[in-house]
Amino acid sequence: MIKDYSGVMVYAEQKNGKVHPVTYELLNKGGELAKTLGVPLMVVVPGPKGMNLKDLIYHGADKVYHVSSDELFNMPEECVFAENINKLIQEVKPEICLFGATTFGRSLAPRIAAAQGCGMTADCTDLQIDSDGLLIQIRPAFSENIFAHIKSRTQPQMSTVRYKEFDPSIRDESRSGEIIEIEGVALKNPQVKVLEKLITDDFDITGYKVIVSGGKGLKNPDDMRLIEELANELGGAVGASRAIVDEGYATKPHQVGYSGNRVKPDLYIAAGISGAPQHLAGMKDAGIIVAINSDPSAPIFNIADIGIVGDLYEVIPYLIQSAKEAKIKKLG
Amino acid sequence: MKIVVLVKQVPDMDTVKFDREKGVIDRASAGVEVNPFDLNALEVGVQLKDKLGAEVYVLSMGPPRAAETLKDAISRGADAGYLLTDRLFGGADCKATSKTLVAGIKKIGNVDLVIAGLQTVDGDTGQVGGEIAQYLGVPGICSVSEIKDATEEKITVVTDLWDGLYVKEVQYPCLLSVTKDVNIPRLPSFKDKIRARKAEITSWTYEDISEFVTSEEIGIKGSPTIVKKIEVPHLHKREGQQFRDDKAGAVFAFTEALANQKVF
Repeated sequence: MIKDYSGVMVYAEQKNGKVHPVTYELLNKGGELAKTLGVPLMVVVPGPKGMNLKDLIYHGADKVYHVSSDELFNMPEECVFAENINKLIQEVKPEICLFGATTFGRSLAPRIAAAQGCGMTADCTDLQIDSDGLLIQIRPAFSENIFAHIKSRTQPQMSTVRYKEFDPSIRDESRSGEIIEIEGVALKNPQVKVLEKLITDDFDITGYKVIVSGGKGLKNPDDMRLIEELANELGGAVGASRAIVDEGYATKPHQVGYSGNRVKPDLYIAAGISGAPQHLAGMKDAGIIVAINSDPSAPIFNIADIGIVGDLYEVIPYLIQSAKEAKIKKLG
Repeated sequence: MKIVVLVKQVPDMDTVKFDREKGVIDRASAGVEVNPFDLNALEVGVQLKDKLGAEVYVLSMGPPRAAETLKDAISRGADAGYLLTDRLFGGADCKATSKTLVAGIKKIGNVDLVIAGLQTVDGDTGQVGGEIAQYLGVPGICSVSEIKDATEEKITVVTDLWDGLYVKEVQYPCLLSVTKDVNIPRLPSFKDKIRARKAEITSWTYEDISEFVTSEEIGIKGSPTIVKKIEVPHLHKREGQQFRDDKAGAVFAFTEALANQKVF
């Protein structure tokens, strides 16, 4: 049987020519799928000219389609990205298309799926090839309470895949591959103008190995210092529950939870957080969870490895002290 | 100016139960509510109505009882509610749902602005807004965290994308999908609730929208994705040590965790 659609294509998200790390995770998983199917692993990267694309090949790509323009892809305007990627998909006809489930990827992918008229599975946490050669897409639903195994009857089979779900692929400079340059095309009648990028701090909580989060157990905003001190001692980041972000104790980039950031640090410390399902959805996959709460029946204790029942104003100072001692012992 | 806000009736996620053995959702275990993200979408619509004098329509697809959700939206400031309800719409995935809602939007007619919440708390996909924009052939602005300005011709918004905030200006017709940061939804007054209880909700079956969508494009038939299996995962098994009035024990466990996780 000759297949109309063949190959695995990964969308590489870039900003100012720098590739988003989720891309290397997609290359790892996409590479596995391509190997199982015996097909090439391809990358499409709409971005500025002169990008360093060899790195994508070293990370597993057999073919890199560089849709290039110094003007078109400097701002996150989905319509122009979608138009260019659609054109390529129509030509190349990959059987599987993977996008990182970043805010931009989640916005871009449905436009492409609708343009292709194909199915689309969002926020996958695992991908497998079924015995019939089709993709099984596994994704959480119902606020992470269930996992659905989904298959698509249309081609390409499209998914967005969560960031930090898979390890990045291993870099191997001996790998070779092909780079294909394509000129980007502008929209004939653009209706969206991206006026400016606002200045924001580029803090990204998802990159930290240790996170110390505060919640409603904190009595006033100044007490965030206590959380900060413990976080600093552990070389970690400060997190916060939605409740105290709403009250201005911390800014949005620090928010952990369903409508904030999903984090997966090696160590997560929840201080004065009761553990509403919305918060748990953002941190339940952490390596070790330490919970501090004065209420012994707080739901956070159900998923904690170490639960400390007590007043956080007493407990955190002694944890800071033990962190200091542990550091001295280890580092001398 | 005509605005359509998309709303969905969802189970209350704080109380809904899941049957691990059968792999099903026990919908009878919890009440229903308006998808929380949709309240933010509605609030955007109602604020635009206050500012520009627009008409705000709420549109939903669901079983007949979802009419209650539309009445709830009317109590919060919407002018009228439309419910797409038909067994033929059942089993729809993102694509079939989008096609059905697009037909509803076309049936309402001459819509300038469609507003959706970022995602629903049950399906959790966040894809329907983007697909609708594409099927309507209008720009879709996703992850809108602030409305900066709006006139009768165009709207200026802040979007949270690419790990940053970008200001975008777009002409109608267009679609916005909004995050929870965009506003704090208003609560309906008692008077509004009474008024909304009497509101008439227009129900449309497939027949009513069939000039805008074929029967091949809706429900299970129109859904390219199929759920093969549902798993209800066990929560991660945690050690679950608890320390109460035991500072020494807590410190010991904490120090051990620091060592195991190679924090230093």
